[in-house]
Amino acid sequence: MTQTNSPHPRESEAREPKAWEPEIIAFCCNYCAYAAADLAGSKRMQYPNNVRIIHTPCTGKIEMEHILAAFEKGIDGMLVAGCLEGGCHFLEGNLRARKRTDRIRETLDEIGVGGERLKMVNLSAAMAPTFVQRVQEIVETVRALGPSPLKSPTQKVSAGKP
Amino acid sequence: MIVASPKSVTELKNLIARHGKVLFVGCGTCVTVCLAGGEREVSIASYATRMARKIEGKPLELTQVTIERQCENEFIKDLADEVAKAEAIVSFGCGAGVQAIAERFPGKPVYAGLNTQFLGILEKQAVWTEKCLGCGDCMLAQYGGVCPVTRCAKRLLNGPCGGSTEEHCEVDADRPCAWQLIYARLRSIDQLDRLDSIVPPKDWRPAWHSGARKIVRKEHQV
Ligand code: SF4
Ligand code: SF4
Repeated sequence: MTQTNSPHPRESEAREPKAWEPEIIAFCCNYCAYAAADLAGSKRMQYPNNVRIIHTPCTGKIEMEHILAAFEKGIDGMLVAGCLEGGCHFLEGNLRARKRTDRIRETLDEIGVGGERLKMVNLSAAMAPTFVQRVQEIVETVRALGPSPLKSPTQKVSAGKP
Repeated sequence: MIVASPKSVTELKNLIARHGKVLFVGCGTCVTVCLAGGEREVSIASYATRMARKIEGKPLELTQVTIERQCENEFIKDLADEVAKAEAIVSFGCGAGVQAIAERFPGKPVYAGLNTQFLGILEKQAVWTEKCLGCGDCMLAQYGGVCPVTRCAKRLLNGPCGGSTEEHCEVDADRPCAWQLIYARLRSIDQLDRLDSIVPPKDWRPAWHSGARKIVRKEHQV
C-alpha cells in the first residue's frame, strides 16, 4: 500500500515540484462519519491527508448537483459517508443518498469519468477505524485510476507517483 | 398530466454536437411534476453534458433557464434574450413545448431533451402509469371510469379477451387486466348492466388518425 501521509506535507511541497495526489472530498454526516472522523483524530489514528471533509447535516441533504459540481471542478474522488442503514437520524436520509449516489455513479460511467470515483459508505459514530479504512480505500482506488479527466491542465501537475 | 422521461447524457451530447453555445430550457409544469424536465433535472443534465463535452475536448458554454410553461407563448416570450445569445436550444418540455419554442424562434435549432411518453398519473413516488390516449371521444362512462382504449393491451371495447391470469394481463403480467378493473369498478358502483350492451366499433375519426387535431372555441375567442 502506498503511504500517502507525509508528516510535513507543506515542507515537502516547498522543496520539490508537486506530484499529482488524489484530491478527495468526503461528505460526512454529522451524526456518524463526522463524529467518527473526529474520534479518529482524538485517537491519533493516521489517514491520508488527501481528503477534505465536508460536514453535512445528513447524507440525505446532499443533492446530486453537489456531487456533480465537485466532479466538474476536477475533484478526483468522493466519499459519501452516512449512518448505518436503519440508523439514520432522519430515518432514511442515508437510503436516499445511496440511491442518488448510485444514479450519479451511472452518469459518471456514461460520460467517462468513472463511477468508481464515487463511493458511499455506512458507519456509526464509534467506528473510527472503519472510517480510516474507508478513506484509505477510496484514496487507493482513485490513485490507481489516476487524475480525473475533468482536471484542468493546471490542476494536473503530474500523474506520476509522489 | 403529460409524463416524459429523460434522454441519456450521451443522447443529449450527440444532439448538440455541432454547437458550442447552448441554452437548456426547463418547463415548470407537467415535466417538473414527473421529475423529468424541471429546474433540478435541467441542472443535473447541464452538469453531466458539460462534463461529457469537456472530456471530449470540446468545452460547452451552457445556460439554463426554466419557464413556467413551454406550451404557452405568454411564457416563451421571456426566453427571447437568452435565445438570442445561444446557437441552439434544448427544450426539456414535452413535445408540444419543444414545438412551441421552435415556432416562436424560427432561426434557432431546437432539440428535444426528453422523450415524451403519455398522459398519466403518479401511481406512487417515482412511478407513473398511462391512463389516456386522448382519443377525442371519451367512453369512460361505459366502462366505469377505466379506459380500455388505453389500458387493455388489445384495446378491446367488448372484453375481456379471456387470457388474463389472476387479474393480470396476458400481454404483460406486471399490468392489471383492464377488463378485470372495469368489471370490479362497475360492480362496486352497481352498474354491471352496462356490460350487457355491445359497444360498436369505435369511430377513430375524432382521434389522431386523420392528422393533428385542432379545437376552436368561439365563445372564448377575442
Ligand atoms: S376513452 Fe379516449 S379520451 Fe377517454 S380515457 Fe380512454 S383514450 Fe382517453
Ligand atoms: S388480459 Fe385483460 S388487459 Fe390484457 S389484453 Fe386481455 S382483456 Fe386486455
